[in-house]
Amino acid sequence: MASLTASTPSAPLPLHSGASATIRIEPPRSLFEVRLREVWAYRELLYFFVWRDVKVRYKQTAIGVLWVILQPVLNMLVFTLFFGRLAKLPSDGLPYPVFYFAALIPWTYFSYSLQSTTNVVVENQRLITKVYFPRLILPVSAALSGLVDFAIGFVVLSIFCFAYGILPTLAAFWLPVLLLLALFTALGVGLWLSALNALYRDVRYVIPFLVQFWMFASPVAYPSSLVPARWRWLYGLNPMAGVIDGFRWAITGRGHAPGLLLLASASAVALVLLGGLFYFNRMESSVADRV
Amino acid sequence: MTPPVIHADSLSKRYRRGALQQTTLLRDHLSRALKSPLSVFRRPKHETFWALKDVSLDVREGEVLGLIGRNGAGKTTLLKILSRITRPTQGWAEIHGRVGSLLEVGTGFHPELTGRENTFLSGAILGMSRSEIARKFDEIVAFAELEKFIDTPVKHYSSGMYVRLAFAVAAHLEPEILLVDEVLAVGDINFQKKCLGKMGDVARAGRTVVLISHSMAAINALCSRCIILDKGSVEFDGSTGEATARYYAESLDATDGADLSTRPRKGNGKARFTSISVQPLDSAGRPLDIAYPGCDLSIDVELNCTSDFAPANLAIIFYDSAGYRVIDTNTAQKGEFVSLQAGQTAKANFLLHEVLLRPGKYLVGLWLGRQIMEVIDHIEHAATLDLIEGEESSQYAIVFPGVYLCRFEQNISVIQPSLSEGARL
Repeated sequence: MASLTASTPSAPLPLHSGASATIRIEPPRSLFEVRLREVWAYRELLYFFVWRDVKVRYKQTAIGVLWVILQPVLNMLVFTLFFGRLAKLPSDGLPYPVFYFAALIPWTYFSYSLQSTTNVVVENQRLITKVYFPRLILPVSAALSGLVDFAIGFVVLSIFCFAYGILPTLAAFWLPVLLLLALFTALGVGLWLSALNALYRDVRYVIPFLVQFWMFASPVAYPSSLVPARWRWLYGLNPMAGVIDGFRWAITGRGHAPGLLLLASASAVALVLLGGLFYFNRMESSVADRV
Repeated sequence: MTPPVIHADSLSKRYRRGALQQTTLLRDHLSRALKSPLSVFRRPKHETFWALKDVSLDVREGEVLGLIGRNGAGKTTLLKILSRITRPTQGWAEIHGRVGSLLEVGTGFHPELTGRENTFLSGAILGMSRSEIARKFDEIVAFAELEKFIDTPVKHYSSGMYVRLAFAVAAHLEPEILLVDEVLAVGDINFQKKCLGKMGDVARAGRTVVLISHSMAAINALCSRCIILDKGSVEFDGSTGEATARYYAESLDATDGADLSTRPRKGNGKARFTSISVQPLDSAGRPLDIAYPGCDLSIDVELNCTSDFAPANLAIIFYDSAGYRVIDTNTAQKGEFVSLQAGQTAKANFLLHEVLLRPGKYLVGLWLGRQIMEVIDHIEHAATLDLIEGEESSQYAIVFPGVYLCRFEQNISVIQPSLSEGARL
């Protein structure tokens, strides 16, 4: 709370008017009128949405923020036991706990963001029908609010690596890039799905399968070295393959830099994100009438 | 003359009928596609209607404009377009200045968050900056009279406390143009007066306000100019006095001497209702121009018999806007039955005393039959009754929940000495 009351003096946000004082109201015309500048003008509201998400998420739970640590740790134990010790999948020479934990931290962030981005429009339908703001800030806030969990998980991961004697290398500088890629992937796909979800509630039921399938299509439970070399390029179209491989490499400094795989991923994400922006924007103009 | 701050040019909005409550499942589309594969390439045909049609208006700086009209007249649609929640199908509008809209009390409130947190959240959603809210925070809390509970999650608030905080946040919004939908119809009467006062301040401060209300008392107190919307179009635009007078007169028209021959009906048709008239009366039996909660109603019905029928029960039934049957008066209750032979006509008069229903629109239905044995004639919607809260009935002017406005006396006394309990609420 202290951060709120002791606020820094800032220029007052233009009240529901974006930057200019004149608002023009017209029927939706162009498919491509994405108003990113308006999102920027509403950045304070974006901050408040993220803050609300984070605040509410653990408010009623008994152990609160501890869940953020517990979820990936428990997952890691299960993976280590079943995929590691029982199935004896290779781990590229890394200790199983580090191998799985380094993948689960970005994966948990991604899957959480994807799900909350998909549901954010439907969950805020009351708000959407009662007040104006650029709708785009809803999915953006959903994708951002998972970062808090990610940060906490990342600290745990660092302690973990340290305990196993794995020290950061120069490769760690790639982490922000990889995280950004995961964020844009979740946002890009989430934009499509949240707009679709406003139209067809089926999407809500498809999401758990999609997330599960996607996890097995990414090197979370196994190293990507299991994928035959001639299929690598195809595998790279899954941006999360590049992200997770990259994460393991950036944290441990072992294995290969993701290189071309990452480039393919980034291009795929750019396309999905751009399409998602336009599709969401098309929905936005009528979403208050539809949800 | 100052240039208009709101200029709207033939705004129109088309909705799909039923689109508002439908939740589409992919299944529906798939089953349609399977039945006729080509239909996938056609846009599905939906029945559409114009919620708003060619509405043009200018609002000048400092003006307080009232929007009145029946339910479904397009008031809220117009406000939603002006506040950019939804976009028009045709036409355009321009607004010069910072717009704040208030379509609901407690927009963005989250039950898990405390009063303090919700003040910041709701304030931000309504368009205030963080520093602006921080600056006004103490004032807001004082206005809501919630100093002691500001760090309690609002899910523990009583509905009164919730509304007070929600409105306090909204009342401290300082836009140049304020768009308000029927939000005064909540809260206790003292708090309402306070809110009306605060809104009056806004109006006096030279800000522009567009206000929807069913409360003619509020409209009269606040608005300098009024627009009556009817079926999505502007029916009247002028002084508040003239507008409210017209609105009253119209609400009476709809209830008067309606010809029933074309009404949808059920029954075997041995007899048919031919006319109905609903006349509001004051307690002394003098006819009134408008019907208000607590007035008497004199209802005259005529019926025409084409085939003999055995003694039957004649009922007059009131339904509220949600379709609930709120009044069912019938001859059987008094031990009387109607029996007619072919060619006869009959008149019936019912006098209803003190119809203490809350303000709003009611459907008056007619029924003639012999309980479960036969239905002779049944018209669900024979007449419409608009109970209007006016200044003359200001003691009933607030729309609280509940169907029936019981007349009551009250006497409140504080019992000593359990002071601590009283202080805790």
